Amino acid sequence: MNTQHNNKTIEKVTIKFAGDSGDGMQLTGSLFSDESAFLGNDLATFPDYPAEIRAPAGSVAGVSGFQVQIGSIEILSPGDMADALVAMNPAALVANLKQTRKGACIIIDFDAWNETEFKKAGLDHDPLEGDIAATYQIVKAPITTLTRTALKNIDLELKNKDRCKNMFALGMVFWMYGRPLIQTEKYIKTKFASKPIIVEANITALTAGYNHAHTIEVFASTYKIPSAPIKKGVYRQISGNQATALGIIAASVKSGRNVFLGSYPITPASDILHELSKYKEFTVKTFQAEDEIAGVCAAIGASFAGDLAFSTTSGPGLSLKTEALSLAVMTELPLVVIDVQRSGPSTGMPTKTEQSDLAMALFGRHGESPLPVIAASTPSDCFCHTFLAAKIAVEHMTPVILLTDAYLANGTEPWLIPDISDLPNINVSTPDDHEGPYLPYRRDEKTLVRPWCIPGTPHKAHRIGGLEKQDQTGHVDYEPENHELMCHLRAAKIARIADSLPEQEIYGKTEQDLLVISWGGAFGPVMTAVKKLQAEGKSISLAHFNCINPLPKNTATVLTGFKKYIVCEQNLGQFRDYLASRFHHIDFLRFNRVAGQPFMVSELREVFVPLLEECQK
Amino acid sequence: MTETKSNTVAPKLSRKDYMSDQAVKWCPGCGDYAILASVQNTFAQLGKNRDNTVFVSGIGCSSRFPYYMNTYGFHTIHGRAAAVATGIKIANPSLDVWVATGDGDSFSIGGNHFIHAIRRNIGIKILVFNNEIYGLTKGQYSPTSKQGVVTKSTPYGSLDRSFIPASLALGAEATFYARVVDTNPKHMTEIFTAAADHKGTAFVEILQNCVIFNDKTHRAITDKEMRDDNQLVLEHGKPMIFGKNRDKGLVMNGCDFKVVRLGEDGITENNLLVHDAHRESLNLAFMLSRLTLPEFPVPLGIFRQVARPAYEEQINSQIQEIKNKKGAGDLKRLLNSGGTWVV
Ligand code: SF4
Repeated sequence: MNTQHNNKTIEKVTIKFAGDSGDGMQLTGSLFSDESAFLGNDLATFPDYPAEIRAPAGSVAGVSGFQVQIGSIEILSPGDMADALVAMNPAALVANLKQTRKGACIIIDFDAWNETEFKKAGLDHDPLEGDIAATYQIVKAPITTLTRTALKNIDLELKNKDRCKNMFALGMVFWMYGRPLIQTEKYIKTKFASKPIIVEANITALTAGYNHAHTIEVFASTYKIPSAPIKKGVYRQISGNQATALGIIAASVKSGRNVFLGSYPITPASDILHELSKYKEFTVKTFQAEDEIAGVCAAIGASFAGDLAFSTTSGPGLSLKTEALSLAVMTELPLVVIDVQRSGPSTGMPTKTEQSDLAMALFGRHGESPLPVIAASTPSDCFCHTFLAAKIAVEHMTPVILLTDAYLANGTEPWLIPDISDLPNINVSTPDDHEGPYLPYRRDEKTLVRPWCIPGTPHKAHRIGGLEKQDQTGHVDYEPENHELMCHLRAAKIARIADSLPEQEIYGKTEQDLLVISWGGAFGPVMTAVKKLQAEGKSISLAHFNCINPLPKNTATVLTGFKKYIVCEQNLGQFRDYLASRFHHIDFLRFNRVAGQPFMVSELREVFVPLLEECQK
Repeated sequence: MTETKSNTVAPKLSRKDYMSDQAVKWCPGCGDYAILASVQNTFAQLGKNRDNTVFVSGIGCSSRFPYYMNTYGFHTIHGRAAAVATGIKIANPSLDVWVATGDGDSFSIGGNHFIHAIRRNIGIKILVFNNEIYGLTKGQYSPTSKQGVVTKSTPYGSLDRSFIPASLALGAEATFYARVVDTNPKHMTEIFTAAADHKGTAFVEILQNCVIFNDKTHRAITDKEMRDDNQLVLEHGKPMIFGKNRDKGLVMNGCDFKVVRLGEDGITENNLLVHDAHRESLNLAFMLSRLTLPEFPVPLGIFRQVARPAYEEQINSQIQEIKNKKGAGDLKRLLNSGGTWVV
């Protein structure tokens, strides 16, 4: 390594790779992440891609970005602002400048710096004009030309050579952050195993980028990010949607029931369907239905017949499934509906994240139709909470809604692979053998759960359906007292799930000045902000919820003894209002953002610090 | 295949064995009673295993059907019976899954699930009780009501053109389509038996009389006086003959059918079209589906019955194939797949 170089050791860094949708930025970003994970860094990623599959080349609408934060400390969020930006064209620069820290290093493909490209980006001037050069360290690398030169002896069409320029850029960034190329070379070799010439071209471009950065000393400094003190074990990179799919299979294995997934393609949930459909060796039955309604209805049918049934969707799809969800409530069948939330209402911003389906999950059904609502915190945590949702569904004979979101779904992080023997069993109830005709609605005294009696069970033929059930027999019954009783029984059954839920934790001490409250996918940034302030000696704690309905039994105790309470969520206050309706004596403050992006740690800090100061007055 | 075995039990069964303990609550005189009796008789004759049978329904008068069958049953929501039944059949292909539904349930709110179930050829039997009206919501016109019909929601006559369910189903490549009337129990039993034996989706349209809101709508083909001249009972391999005196028949005339009289212009039975329910091509069945009064008789019986793999079988064989190739799933191996590293 060049010793004259200013080589700094840093704790963490946020890097953004941005380019045209066709520039391969998602791959570039994930290769950088994998290499860093392999070196022992902790990290979190945030792919941010446009809704259009291929928006006009060079346009701002077509910019696809991949942000990753890596560190030698615990990393829970993909970072607020980029410390380094790779911009493959002017549009990528324009789209990301606001989210780039002043003084950051910006690598541009200088070959794309011309009038034509400015025009495509909707600019009438060079975006580098003005004081931008003084504010950032701009590295003008003619990436396209350099890639072509590097590949001049390789017999490939120019078009295909140009597709390797992302590898050249990646090589440069690898050198800047002292990463080896091992994992990336391995990936390229496996990925293109059948096309040796493509392997050669990509690896040549990668190495050329690395050497270019080294030789011409384009960077003012290079950086070292030592490995993070993370728990020992075997790790892999995982996205939320992948973790969800694995959670589904784990629940199948632990319950001994086959998986049925009834689903209709919708962004950003489709990857769960794609992922699961690969694992047919687990007797997974994936059913791509004609619509959202058929997806959930087929899942309900499969559940009636004894499969572990799921339906995956996003907000608009959940709207379509609500009638069927009430049928599952009425018939008391196990089912997990997974809502990967995105920005709404309506089609909204389909690729952007939000937490705004909470109210619908809790209350969006006709009649008194209670069901458990569970939310996952991080990409890898989707595994645990999918598993928990399935366990609740089966053990309590109820539909469950699991809320994840676009940020968790596409974001990745290193995952300490769990030991499967540590996963609890999922206990399937079997029909009891009492005298006389079979009583499908006879309940367990403690949990109020009815048995799962599937068609094919001898001598227990019975009918269920959406009409009100008579207690015990399940016959159609319109008696006023019976309906009253059944509504209360269904509600009590859900409420009693709290008896088997884990207690709500508090991160930090009780009886502090400020209790920050969050739920689901807001975890990473909120936790990071709270930990930072705690490290500065501030009187602040966090209660982060995964079980939304029912709330953990100790919630009232957790919400005691603080001077101020603030609920942070990416909607206009849905969880805040839910808590306020249950804990009238507390004045819940709120911090809400609906920008389609995860919270920034800095904006949370700006909210918490003045509140902490007020408490000290 | 053990399907037939598990669905057959030795002792002789009667209609009573398939009657549930619930009081039947259709209006007196409703055609549904005869359909229920015919289904129960068919099941008794076939010796169907009650515990292995599931009746699924949507919403409407016909959809109360599962409550009256002493089998497993699922009364679901409006239009969705085919979707729920699809899930049941995929989850457990050894179950015998029947759908009882109506014209509103299956051709209006549930039209999408209906055509897609047929397209996939999922092994469910769909009995549509077509009374050309909404009964349970008290008398609005349905997608099969004749244009111009005066109902509660169309006091000045309906404007909608009606579906011909046969054409709709055949357009979705139905592998089994048959039409029966609720006044002919013997024919119903025969057709239900054929449907029960069919692999894949069997769709039986039952022209059913709603005495309350659309009485005698199928009169021309059910009334003793008129029916023989107005219906053509299709039988595979038999010439297409009809009429009280069995003196009329169908021949091809260019690209269309034509009604001819036997004995006139030297026409004999040999000149008539012979029904072939097993033709791979949909054309004959589709042309039959277009026949309506008064120019043509209304065909009854099995229009089409062809062998195609059932969807649930395809799902299972694909799973089996993957298992043979990859070995049975191993959770530990799966969790540890992809690029892993040790810290
Ligand atoms: S309303 Fe019509 S279809 Fe419904 S039960 Fe009465 S007669 Fe039968």
